[in-house]
Amino acid sequence: MVRGSGVVTGGSGRRNTLPGFGLTMGLTLTWLSVIILIPLVGLFLKTFELSFAEFANIVTSRRTLNALKISFGLAFAAALVNLVMGSIVVWALVRYRFPGRRIFDAIVDIPFALPTAVAGIALTSLFAQKGWLGAPLAELGIKVAFTPLGIFIAMIFIGIPFVVRTVQPVLIDLDPEIEEAAASLGANRWQTIWRVILPSLIPALLTGFALAFARAVGEYGSVIFIAGNLPNVSEIAPLLIVIRLSEFRYADATAIAVVVLVAAFLIILVVNRLQHWAQTRIPVH
Amino acid sequence: MSDSAIAFDSGRVVVRSEPWLARIVIIGLTMLFLTVFVVLPLIIVFAQAFAHGVGAYLAALAEPEALSAIKLTLAVAAISVGLNLVFGLIAAWAIAKFEFPGKTLLITLIDLPFSVSPVISGLVFVLLFGAQGYFGAWLQNRNIQILFAVPGIALATTFVTFPFVSRALIPLMQEQGTLEEEAALSLGASGLQTFFRVTLPNIKWGVLYGVLLCNARAMGEFGAVSVVSGHIRGETNTMPLLVEILYNEYQFVAAFAVASLLALLALITLIAKTLLERHLDEGRQARDN
Repeated sequence: MVRGSGVVTGGSGRRNTLPGFGLTMGLTLTWLSVIILIPLVGLFLKTFELSFAEFANIVTSRRTLNALKISFGLAFAAALVNLVMGSIVVWALVRYRFPGRRIFDAIVDIPFALPTAVAGIALTSLFAQKGWLGAPLAELGIKVAFTPLGIFIAMIFIGIPFVVRTVQPVLIDLDPEIEEAAASLGANRWQTIWRVILPSLIPALLTGFALAFARAVGEYGSVIFIAGNLPNVSEIAPLLIVIRLSEFRYADATAIAVVVLVAAFLIILVVNRLQHWAQTRIPVH
Repeated sequence: MSDSAIAFDSGRVVVRSEPWLARIVIIGLTMLFLTVFVVLPLIIVFAQAFAHGVGAYLAALAEPEALSAIKLTLAVAAISVGLNLVFGLIAAWAIAKFEFPGKTLLITLIDLPFSVSPVISGLVFVLLFGAQGYFGAWLQNRNIQILFAVPGIALATTFVTFPFVSRALIPLMQEQGTLEEEAALSLGASGLQTFFRVTLPNIKWGVLYGVLLCNARAMGEFGAVSVVSGHIRGETNTMPLLVEILYNEYQFVAAFAVASLLALLALITLIAKTLLERHLDEGRQARDN
């Protein structure tokens, strides 16, 4: 381990004389390994006990494939809704003044703060056939609760904060002069938004989209109550993991978990690349 | 900011604004979307909890099962938040105050639990400590119970809430730099004195912020805890797990009564978070000037 006192602080070339680097770094790595890394490595080791054929068999079985399709497909669709609605919400919150703006701004974080089981039962009773929104929708012939549509709704709920909170600081910091410049050069408002503002928001928009997508793929608590949980129809992948565990089919549970986990990591990797790309781009102002 | 720009530079209003119809549509959609997806679910929790009056509400919360769930939730949160607080302070010191290769990777690894499905966060501990797990036989021979008991619930919760405190502290401590600590050290303070008298007072609001979010998640965690708890009534059910059980037994008032406590926790957390963010922003602006 590197000696703490010998480490150079960034840029200035000044030597950092603070104590405790070796100790704190050692404790950090130890605790990180015990709580996070060893358990995650254990999951992958367990998968390697399966032959490739066994793994492929589990993952491509009809029920598993359908659960994965439902989780990934609906999560993607919900993240798209969050992308569009999140853009509208963030625009209103940053650019306009209207009654209740501060409260609406604060409640964007509710899906982060509200325990998922609470969100799950609340959404279910809201959209159940006799619920406040379920009843009028049922009259239109739309059944939400206990159908894939219910999963979709719950996934939208859980993804709301991501796009709003990643785009918000970027939109606030956007230099007003570029809009004025565009307008003075003859662009109409729509062209300014589409060609000037949107491109500078794209990295943040994509980051928010990817985070919402990753969250929805793994989401469990807020989805299972409203989902109906019918195998092959409205059964999400995380629920199938729990079912396999309760049947003591550990190999099955582990194989499905690895697929979900690797997909989530890939999405996060893309997010990191995006942020890197956004940071290294030539700044607009 | 844009308020003042609009107030004394009317030229900008025309350039940087949309037609009134577009504004109304955008504001209307925002209010509608947030009302349907956020406000109504929140209201319905309390409406259902009090559907049969205050008496039924209080009776549901006074049930021994509810009380034991509340106790367990508080205990597990205390353990997890405590562990993550100590870890967060230590990790933030190492990461924010020193330069070393692999720093970005380390931060990514600390953030890892945020991208792991809650169910998988529980599953990894079943694979380690379950009867067929890597340490299962060893634990059984020594009669140590981790899974389906408090240690397992606390472990899974600690896993899920791992990044909160360090994530709140690292950027804050990086911004503050090392000058004040170096001054204290050069005046003869020991390392620990420097940390407790100089660093900690500077980051106390950040610590509170991290603890607040960590605690909210610890008390509300469902998926991970559900996998490791074993659902032993009156013993290993946390509040979110009890909500599920009561709901599945069609005891809606009781389910929503317990849920309302968690919703209240979320609301209080959110208010405190908003106030703290304002405080932290002011601190940041004071440093910038």
